[in-house]
Amino acid sequence: MKPAPFDYRRARSVADALGLLAELGGEAKVIAGGQSLMPMMAFRLARPSHLVDIGGLGELRGLWVDDDGLHIGALTTHHQVETCTDPAVLAGWPVLPASMSWIGHLPIRTLGTVGGSVAHGDALAEWCLLTTLLDAVLVAEGADGRREIPVADFFLGFFTTALLPDELLVEVRFPAPAPHAALTEYAERHGDYAIVSAAVSLDLVDGSLRGGRIALGGVADAPVRVPEAEALLTAGTTHPDELGGVFAAAADAAAAAVDPGDDQHGSADYRRSLVRTLVQRAGVQASVAARAVDDDRPAAVPAGARRRP
Amino acid sequence: MPQGADTDQPDAGHRAPSFGSTGRYVGAAVPRREDPRLVTGRGRFLDDIAVPGMLHAQFVRSTIAHARLLEVDLTAVRALPGVVAAYSAADLALGDITALLDRPLEEFVPTPMPVLSGAPQADGSLGKVRFVGEPLAIVVAADPYLVEDALELARVRYEALPAITSAEGAMAQGAALVHDEAPGNVLVDVSMFATEGIDEVFSDAHTVVEVRSSTGRQNALPLETRGALAEWDERAGQLVLDTCTQVPHQVRTVTAGCLGLAERQVRVRVPDMGGGFGIKCVVGREEIAVAAAAQRLRRPVKWIEDRKDALTASFLAREQQYVARAAFDREGHVLALDADVVCDMGAYSCYPFTAAIEPLMASGEMPSVYRVPAYRVRGRSITSNKAPTAPYRGVSRPQYVMVMERLMERAARVLDLDPVEVRRRNVITTFPYTGVNHITYDPGSYLESLDLAEQTVRDEGWYDVQAAARAEGRFVGIGYSCFSERTGYGSGAFAKRRMKVVPGFDISEIRMDLSGTVTVTTGTQSHGQGHETTMAQIVADKLKLDVADVRVEQGDTDRVLYGWGSFASRSAVIGGSAVGAAAGKLEVKLRELAAHLLGTRPEVLELRDGGVRPIPHAGDGVPPEGLSFTQLADVAYLKSHLLAKETDPGLSAVASFDVAGDGTFSNATHACVVELDPGTGGTRILRYVCVEDCGVAINPPIVEGQARGGIAQGIAGALFEQVSYDANGEPSCASFLDYKVPTAWETPDVLIKHLETPCLFTETGAKGAGEGGTIGAPAAVLNAVNDALRPTGVELDDTPIRPEVVHRSLQVTRSAAHGSAA
Repeated sequence: MKPAPFDYRRARSVADALGLLAELGGEAKVIAGGQSLMPMMAFRLARPSHLVDIGGLGELRGLWVDDDGLHIGALTTHHQVETCTDPAVLAGWPVLPASMSWIGHLPIRTLGTVGGSVAHGDALAEWCLLTTLLDAVLVAEGADGRREIPVADFFLGFFTTALLPDELLVEVRFPAPAPHAALTEYAERHGDYAIVSAAVSLDLVDGSLRGGRIALGGVADAPVRVPEAEALLTAGTTHPDELGGVFAAAADAAAAAVDPGDDQHGSADYRRSLVRTLVQRAGVQASVAARAVDDDRPAAVPAGARRRP
Repeated sequence: MPQGADTDQPDAGHRAPSFGSTGRYVGAAVPRREDPRLVTGRGRFLDDIAVPGMLHAQFVRSTIAHARLLEVDLTAVRALPGVVAAYSAADLALGDITALLDRPLEEFVPTPMPVLSGAPQADGSLGKVRFVGEPLAIVVAADPYLVEDALELARVRYEALPAITSAEGAMAQGAALVHDEAPGNVLVDVSMFATEGIDEVFSDAHTVVEVRSSTGRQNALPLETRGALAEWDERAGQLVLDTCTQVPHQVRTVTAGCLGLAERQVRVRVPDMGGGFGIKCVVGREEIAVAAAAQRLRRPVKWIEDRKDALTASFLAREQQYVARAAFDREGHVLALDADVVCDMGAYSCYPFTAAIEPLMASGEMPSVYRVPAYRVRGRSITSNKAPTAPYRGVSRPQYVMVMERLMERAARVLDLDPVEVRRRNVITTFPYTGVNHITYDPGSYLESLDLAEQTVRDEGWYDVQAAARAEGRFVGIGYSCFSERTGYGSGAFAKRRMKVVPGFDISEIRMDLSGTVTVTTGTQSHGQGHETTMAQIVADKLKLDVADVRVEQGDTDRVLYGWGSFASRSAVIGGSAVGAAAGKLEVKLRELAAHLLGTRPEVLELRDGGVRPIPHAGDGVPPEGLSFTQLADVAYLKSHLLAKETDPGLSAVASFDVAGDGTFSNATHACVVELDPGTGGTRILRYVCVEDCGVAINPPIVEGQARGGIAQGIAGALFEQVSYDANGEPSCASFLDYKVPTAWETPDVLIKHLETPCLFTETGAKGAGEGGTIGAPAAVLNAVNDALRPTGVELDDTPIRPEVVHRSLQVTRSAAHGSAA
């Protein structure tokens, strides 16, 4: 469980990192928190010729809200998100800090990064699910400058993303606030990769449910949305009884829509049952969060939102 | 006589313990003297040791579960710069590790385990590999990274054979043979007891219940993996082997045997250890290979097992299948027990216990705490293409207790009786009790622990919680397990199993120095249990010393006379009695020396306050201050001309202890409350209660730590851990991603209550406490899950309990209920 030989290069800037990636070619790997890459290297499942360490690039660290939504620098750690106290973030995207406790364990969260998780593209990773749920935009920088990739075009399959080998993921952006959202999952041990994970975001307008989004992990080789179930997220009130029925119907529709595989962690039938359970639970949690903030309009960016200095 | 529970159970007329908890230290929460160094990072574990010129070793291992070896080519390995040596089996030509029983071949087939596989056989072939991870060559290099680069260069050619990956597969007609010597892949087949007329008892009984149960293969999983550091000491003419083992003297014997050395030429030393739980009480192949490499190279060689190898290529345990039937009368009294036990012991017998350890334990002791009048059992071990097994904490008892407790619960259900009441009607209450299995049980608190556990659960309101939950359609269950555990097996008990190597006694040497302080050796081996503290408590009480003035020496075959190490909860019982006996001999010597110097008789003197003083009112003119230990030591070492003619200089003594008869039984009742999540099938433990009785607890916090840790491992087996293999024998748990050891998050707090039925023959009244937690937990958890499932009618008998299975059980019934409503 020792990695194969590799060379180590430390990037001084994003431009420097891009230069190194161009210079070193396809066998070089970017390392940030190393929480996925290092174990893979220890098992010699990953054998990069070079590691380009971007861990020192402070410019890629931090969260801020502006007219374009919530920006999260790629090197922001899960723990930074978890402990974020920015009122703009908490008002617009409370689901993000609230979901962080599902990611591994505290030591992992203090080192692992948002950008690293998204770029790694593990179908079960919480950030992959959240970006899928909330129509995030992934900002990649390459030799020709920055490009924005909608999440729908980003996750291509099993550990595969639209990121090019000489590109660096520099930012994850959530364009629209999602004040009524929740993520939940099931694993035998807390901190494990989920067998199935589900996230729900609700559009609540004037005391009625006008639509929403449902994203699932653990049912395909990338996180998926389920339009068949999302279509059912309508109700004239936010009364818990009626919403309960709506979520149950949406959960059934989601379970029917997915086609998960079997493996040692769970059969297809079991995964489908978990989809039903978890969509319902995430829906209820999202609506409870909604009532808690006593909100009848889509959250606007609060006046106190700070711009990145 | 139990204390702590209200009971008027008559005393069986045994004498009080000779020493008991009357001393200053035994029974007290003496802080563990190991802890300051361990919690401040000043412990010295194997991997902390570095010596000049040290090389690093790892192993080329089989990647195929079952194959004929065609070639092990190390040419490219040796050519890699930085590689110092690479040895195949042919290069080292070492003896095998062979564990034997004194039983006929029909009952036991030996399976010698080569240190490295692939040695040239008589027919010119290289023999076979029998599991993925089997060591084929040792590679030694300048650093631990480089050695893994080198491993990738080994070229091994195989001719694959069908892999045996299950007991059914092993015993199937025409199955491939793991060992040609073992027809049907059966290594052990014993039938025992077969009470006359047992078939009639079954056919005449009011009720017969059956349990078919299987348990998952587990890894004992000490946090510290295995490892060794070997060096040839030119001055001593000795191979010095530092290794984290529970049995240093047995490692010495096997190392000397495999290397062709005399025992005096091998010195085994044990540093601080991060757990063992049984997989370190057998002798592994790797430490012998490391020793051989160091001997050849005349350079220190270190091997630290990595986690992947620890999970796949180390010793495993626990994979068993039971078919058990029990006959009951109308009132729920058990009348007979008939069991068939099959244990999948993997590729080889472990030394010294053999592949018979699990079936012999299960067969011999399955009646457990119950008065079973008629008994018949068949116990078998099969061999398979999986990593071999070792006696993991509890050894078969977690499984057979689970089966016994399932039988009790099932009988209660069939007879419509309360399951605790059925147990109450069957537990042994008069002692000593000689069972149908020819074992004599010493006094315990079987009934009292059961009553106290149930009362605790009731008083805390869990039955009300359950009733309320059921009314809401939630699934809350309460489960119990009641068991005893033989601790401190003496040589007689192991001889009964017909082991060729018969563990049992322990021997201690004690020395008082010029400072008046003592050093005592123990042949037991702490691997985390705090023996440096508990053994010192015993000696300090015996010699009326401050506990700080007692040093405990262990884990060095040159300094310790001999020992069987620590396993089978033997250390407090046997090791503790041996240090006590040695201290007792020294006490006599001290009184005799003082009497000689004071001109009086030893009988009027006693040890008190760091010296030998006259017993008050018996001292016939002896100066009341007597003589301090330092004054006596001064004479014994520095003024020996003052000693009596027949007295040897110095102050030391040697004493041994063995258990006569069948040993001593600790006992406990565990109670567990769970809630099942119908949405996921998850099991949440709401409450865990343990009422335990290990006699006199020498150090109660250490006993509680043992109980908590054991319960965590038992819960791990009940709900989480399983080593699984695919159809080709490829292990699918190479990391903690897939081997689901529970963390603190999944482990409940445990309420521990103590009862105390002192052992009648140990120095302190202590019984063993090392394994009980692990033994009781699977049954308690499984019974609680079944109680929670009661509204569904589904009963589960296998562990680990998979959430998916629980979920399915709950769904089936829900749709059935739905159907009947429609």
